[in-house]
Amino acid sequence: MNNRHIYALAAVLTLLGLSLFYYKVHVLGFPLRPQEQTQIWNIEAAVRFEPGPAAVKATLRIPTLTPGFALLDENFVSRGFGMATRTAPAGREAQWTLRQANGPQTLYYRALVYRDATRIAEDTTPPFPAPPELDEPSQIAMEGLIAEVRRQSADVASFTTELLRHINLAQNDQYVSVFLKRGDNASDRARLATILLAGAQIPARIAHGILLRNEPGPVQAEQLLEVHDGVQWLYFNPQTLEQGLPRDFFIWWRGPERIADVEGGSAPDVTLAVQQNLLDSMLIAERRAEKLGSHSMDFSLFSLPIATQAVYSVLLMIPIGALVILFLRNFVGVKTFGTFMPVLVALAFRETLLLWGILLFTIIVFLGLLIRFYLEKLRLLLVPRLTCVLTVVVMLMAGISVLSHKLGIQPGLSIALFPMVIISMTIERMSIVWEERGASEAIQEGVGSLIVAAAAYLVMGIPALAHLIFVFPELLLLVIAAALLAGRYTGYRLLELRRFKALKPTADSSGSAT
Amino acid sequence: MFGSYGSLHREGVLGLNRRNGDYILRFNPRSLYPLVDDKLKTKRLAIAAGIAVPALYGVIETQHDIRTLPDIVRSHNEFALKPAHGSAGDGIVVISGRSGNRYRTIGGDILDEEFLSHHLSNAINGQFSLGGVQDVVIVEYMVRFSPLFERISYQGVPDIRVIVFRGIPIMSMVRLPTRGSRGKANLHQGAVGAGIDLATGITLDGVIGTEVVTHHPDTTHAIAGLRVPEWDTILDIAARCYDLTGLGYIGVDVVLDRDLGPLVLELNARPGLAIQIANRQGLLRRLKICERRADFSATPAQRIEFAKREFRHPVG
Repeated sequence: MNNRHIYALAAVLTLLGLSLFYYKVHVLGFPLRPQEQTQIWNIEAAVRFEPGPAAVKATLRIPTLTPGFALLDENFVSRGFGMATRTAPAGREAQWTLRQANGPQTLYYRALVYRDATRIAEDTTPPFPAPPELDEPSQIAMEGLIAEVRRQSADVASFTTELLRHINLAQNDQYVSVFLKRGDNASDRARLATILLAGAQIPARIAHGILLRNEPGPVQAEQLLEVHDGVQWLYFNPQTLEQGLPRDFFIWWRGPERIADVEGGSAPDVTLAVQQNLLDSMLIAERRAEKLGSHSMDFSLFSLPIATQAVYSVLLMIPIGALVILFLRNFVGVKTFGTFMPVLVALAFRETLLLWGILLFTIIVFLGLLIRFYLEKLRLLLVPRLTCVLTVVVMLMAGISVLSHKLGIQPGLSIALFPMVIISMTIERMSIVWEERGASEAIQEGVGSLIVAAAAYLVMGIPALAHLIFVFPELLLLVIAAALLAGRYTGYRLLELRRFKALKPTADSSGSAT
Repeated sequence: MFGSYGSLHREGVLGLNRRNGDYILRFNPRSLYPLVDDKLKTKRLAIAAGIAVPALYGVIETQHDIRTLPDIVRSHNEFALKPAHGSAGDGIVVISGRSGNRYRTIGGDILDEEFLSHHLSNAINGQFSLGGVQDVVIVEYMVRFSPLFERISYQGVPDIRVIVFRGIPIMSMVRLPTRGSRGKANLHQGAVGAGIDLATGITLDGVIGTEVVTHHPDTTHAIAGLRVPEWDTILDIAARCYDLTGLGYIGVDVVLDRDLGPLVLELNARPGLAIQIANRQGLLRRLKICERRADFSATPAQRIEFAKREFRHPVG
């Protein structure tokens, strides 16, 4: 019953830790690996025009619903213009206004875009479109075309494909030739497709967008036909008839309008450009959490000042070191001086690095032991003696630092980070064990402590692990769960198998023993 | 490796994790620990319950008290000094002779008063206690050990350890000092541990560390086959120590005095596992037998009877 309680608690903690972890990875997009970078695109629209003599109003349609991508940041650059964004039926628009402008003007819109698979299905279902108002011959041609296309298709998708095929025949198609003039371009044909689809009671619209590739120089906007089949939007390339939204296609604006209009000036010349960049995934995750209104960021370690963050990136690894010690003590059976002394030594190893750390630790403990054995002869009381040992340890550390500095050995300096109080207590404990239980026991425990410290250091130093724990501190709940479970591990320790080997029944003695 | 794990389990060997998790944590309430961790308390409890212990000559509680040592031992040429919270025999000094202000230990070393004072102040300051807490030193009767074990021990006092589970003695051994253990009855330091058949009180072969030995390494006498005198008294004392403390899993350390018979030296709330090697028998098997069949509310005499019946060597 007691055990069941522990299992339940461990399961709850694990579940809690993992679900928070899952949420942060999959919803907020926190990076799983250190220094993970996410591809972002810097997109830019430059609107150039000659202003007229009177007030100028420039309108630029800007990205609103962008399946497959999300906006990280956007900004508007203009000189002296008043600027506002508003939501029109077809999407957002930026509007620049100025009473009086002189000379050619350039307005910029810039945005940072990153890939976000969760942004696919957030569009709404449109109402059925009103039938287009056409003159008599066009009406007849449309009905004829719709009837023929409907005969050749099975559903909305095939209807659209078939319709586009007819439109692409242009003059060669008896119905389509009624609508198209010679010299009509691709976007005119796409517009025709939306009109004809409206006639067939199928909601459709034109999506203008750019391909996000790392190409220097201006890029051309391309069109896709968006058709709603009652459940979701389908995408068609009006020229190639390919169905589906290309992976790189970033939808900028929708509808029959052009990207920009200028009132009170010349027709605008709009240049679109894309630049590919890499950005720290963590920044994107933070921004996304902000946008989703998640408070996970406000209460995360990233909200702390950088210096404090650095401290916690170390502190959060201590439980991991403790877990290593737990494993080595309770499952392997290594003996150490003091329960968590090796973790503190492992922390010191971070600065000195492993081999130097072990060397310096051994030197200090060795010299400290010599002093301690000498002090034993003086018959000092316990606390004064500990004070002496501590002082001597500090002096030894200072001495080693100075000496190694003179010799130009860099790691000798970092010895200052050794936990001297812990080392003093270790020396004291070791000398007592030495006297009472003999040198072998003392050395065995000393070496055990060093091995455990080295193991803890190596595990705590795994960059991927350090990153995981810092970005997802909730994983420490799993450490608690593991410790809870280990707390009820009543099996043998690895070294006990050797210790009790005399108790193992051997082939010849098992018969006589029973 | 997993094979040997399984075979240890089948042999009913008790591991440290299981001892701690399933027995000590379950049957030894923390609040009762002071009764056994403080040897002075244990001694007073035992005296009150009529269990024989080495006579208490005096207690050195403060730095100042150290000067009173000559007064305490004025009428005793032989005595033992024990830190009340010492573990594993740490800090014990046994004086077997005295001339003026010089003391001779049982091991033959001559100590002057100054050395002894230093040792006592170390002990009072907690050098030998778990966690380094302040301690007191007990001055008590020096056990004159029974000649029975003289042939199979090198100096020091051999002692008998009985593991008592909820009042039932379940395993026992005698610890024989060797030259290697410097006269201490401590298995970690190289003393011989020899199992004792609970039913008869007859010794079995010994072990040093994990190696089986049939003869004492220093005296070369055979270890097995010795009948421990007053065995029933020893079992009785051990069983009653449970009622004394209420601790469900203890090791009772008993010495055989030449004149006074079995005396309780100390109780241990975390008795070691080496006794299994000395008996070449797992403790877990016996614990399981107790948990299956024993009546824990029985009188000490009935519990001993149960132990003698169930734990005749070899068990299982």
